[in-house]
Amino acid sequence: MSRINSKIRNLNKFTLTNIESYSIVIVAYIVISLLNNFGKINNSISGQLVPICAYIVMAISLNLTVGFLGELSLGHAGFMSVGAFAGVITASCLQDVIPSDILRLIVSIISGGIFAGIAGLIIGIPVLRLRGDYLAIVTLAFGEIIKNIINCLYVGIDTSGLHIGMTSIEALGMTNGRIILNGPQGAVGITKLSSFTAGVILIIFALFVVLNFVNSKTGRAVTAIRDNAIAAESVGIGLTRYKLTAFIVSAVLAGMAGVLYAMNFSSIVAKKFDFNTSILILVFVVLGGMGNIVGTIIATTVLYMLPELLREYADYRMLIYAIVLILVMLLTNSEKTKQIKEQIMLKLTRNKKYEEREGGNNV
Amino acid sequence: MTFISNLISGISLGSVYAIIALGYTMVYGIAKMLNFAHGDVIMVGAYISFCASTYLHLPPIVSIVIAMIVCTILGIVIEGLAYRPLRRASSLAVLITAIGVSYFLQNAALLIWGSTPMTFSSVVGFDSIPLFDGGLIVTSESIVTVIACIIIMICLTLFTQKTRIGKGMRAVSEDKDAAELMGINVNVTISITFAIGSALAAIAGVLLCSAYPILTPTTGSMPGIKAFTAAVFGGIGSIPGAMLGGILLGIIEIFSKSYISTELSDAIVFAVLILVLLIKPTGLLGKKMTEKV
Repeated sequence: MSRINSKIRNLNKFTLTNIESYSIVIVAYIVISLLNNFGKINNSISGQLVPICAYIVMAISLNLTVGFLGELSLGHAGFMSVGAFAGVITASCLQDVIPSDILRLIVSIISGGIFAGIAGLIIGIPVLRLRGDYLAIVTLAFGEIIKNIINCLYVGIDTSGLHIGMTSIEALGMTNGRIILNGPQGAVGITKLSSFTAGVILIIFALFVVLNFVNSKTGRAVTAIRDNAIAAESVGIGLTRYKLTAFIVSAVLAGMAGVLYAMNFSSIVAKKFDFNTSILILVFVVLGGMGNIVGTIIATTVLYMLPELLREYADYRMLIYAIVLILVMLLTNSEKTKQIKEQIMLKLTRNKKYEEREGGNNV
Repeated sequence: MTFISNLISGISLGSVYAIIALGYTMVYGIAKMLNFAHGDVIMVGAYISFCASTYLHLPPIVSIVIAMIVCTILGIVIEGLAYRPLRRASSLAVLITAIGVSYFLQNAALLIWGSTPMTFSSVVGFDSIPLFDGGLIVTSESIVTVIACIIIMICLTLFTQKTRIGKGMRAVSEDKDAAELMGINVNVTISITFAIGSALAAIAGVLLCSAYPILTPTTGSMPGIKAFTAAVFGGIGSIPGAMLGGILLGIIEIFSKSYISTELSDAIVFAVLILVLLIKPTGLLGKKMTEKV
């Protein structure tokens, strides 16, 4: 027993947080699956399980940009959108080629991730040259541009291959093909491939990627840049390369989350991934604690479920949500509460020291 | 002729953006925060004016004044309750609080006025003016909007340059602590800034809904985002910059709507913004930022 204890003590801080993060997700998965099997979870909540998983992956990925890279992104839903529609198109194209649902989902998620990664590269190069609020507004602008472009995109498939156009479905010139993406009406006739299990696996994958990234050489360089860009540059860390790497990893994960999300519905529109969605995810990250992955997961679950739990108050629920949001921010950030917290902490530590000294005397 | 007509509607829409952007830019200049709730103050202003003229049958000018008073009070209350305790908190915390306030205003409006769109009747009393034998019609709303915008611009410039309070505002925006040492009441100055910004938002709301007469609880959010873009475009923190940015944005939006594509017009507006920021990272008239180690 003591050997195990000492072994645990010897594990470094990072490994412990990693184990903590994975085990929380796995335990939650087992508990929820069991409850679901015994029919203890009502329909309105079990329908939310996959979206929650998608939002958790989104929040983990945004935490990489906001928490570890330290850049405010207001257009993260844009990457989700790129991934979602790339994934939907891929799945639709492969419908006859790959009969296995699971395999098709995996291929679509990878494809969504790749396309979102490419978008991240294209957007990251200009955006990461800017600073602070200007960077934030440009990510917002890119998010809106992506939404607008996908809103005008028409994609169909027939025997001769994939048709892509920007005017109308008739202009594609298809003969008895299938419509995949119909402009403002969005993607229609999606085969539902996502499941709660797939969502949890994606969360674990995202955790694996982000936690390992943060503790890698690149990740340390990224946090160094966040803490002091000029100092980091002066010790030979190339800003653009590391920033871009983190940004693209974040975009890829967001794209994958988008595929998971889209594959849970029979149709999806580009308007779903607008500025408000980006903001929603940012709220999850900030309330969960920037750079704190476990906090992000908990905050996402709680905040996503809050409107559901407040359903009986119907009209007032979003109002309550807004008030809760403001109060939490005021309580955690205002000067007065900080002072009160410090005083309490001071008292607590004083007591502890006193006890320790007393204990020492007894021995 | 369509070119001139487009240009006029562009300038008119741009003037509304400019008035909203002034609110953003003043608050940013002084409190260094992105006030995302500003767009929703516009919506509140439009609703108040709507109620005053529809249910109380007040003349348009009185309803605008009432809307301005309500929005001014609203602005001061928001600042005092939500933003003042976070004066020294991280900018992200303030941003999230502003988003919370924005949600709050939208949902409060939803509870009070419902989600059914209301048809706003124009506050402008006279008819449109036909020029060149009816070849070019200048709407009365656009004339009033542009004139209002110019008057506001001149008044604000004079206010910040000449008056004591205006000078205090500029001092606070330069250096809050130094301004306080010079005997300027920073809290009062910031409250005044919010009051002015919100009063302008009320005017913008009424003008916006006179030109585009559909009023819902989310009416303010898209013009809010665009005006914010306009403020950044012209260089955030600069009053002439907000004006220039707003008008240019309006013109670009109307032109891309009529010559390129209606659906893609927003994308084009944002693409121009990105281009400008890449060439001039602090906006058209923005101050150069110096980097301290």
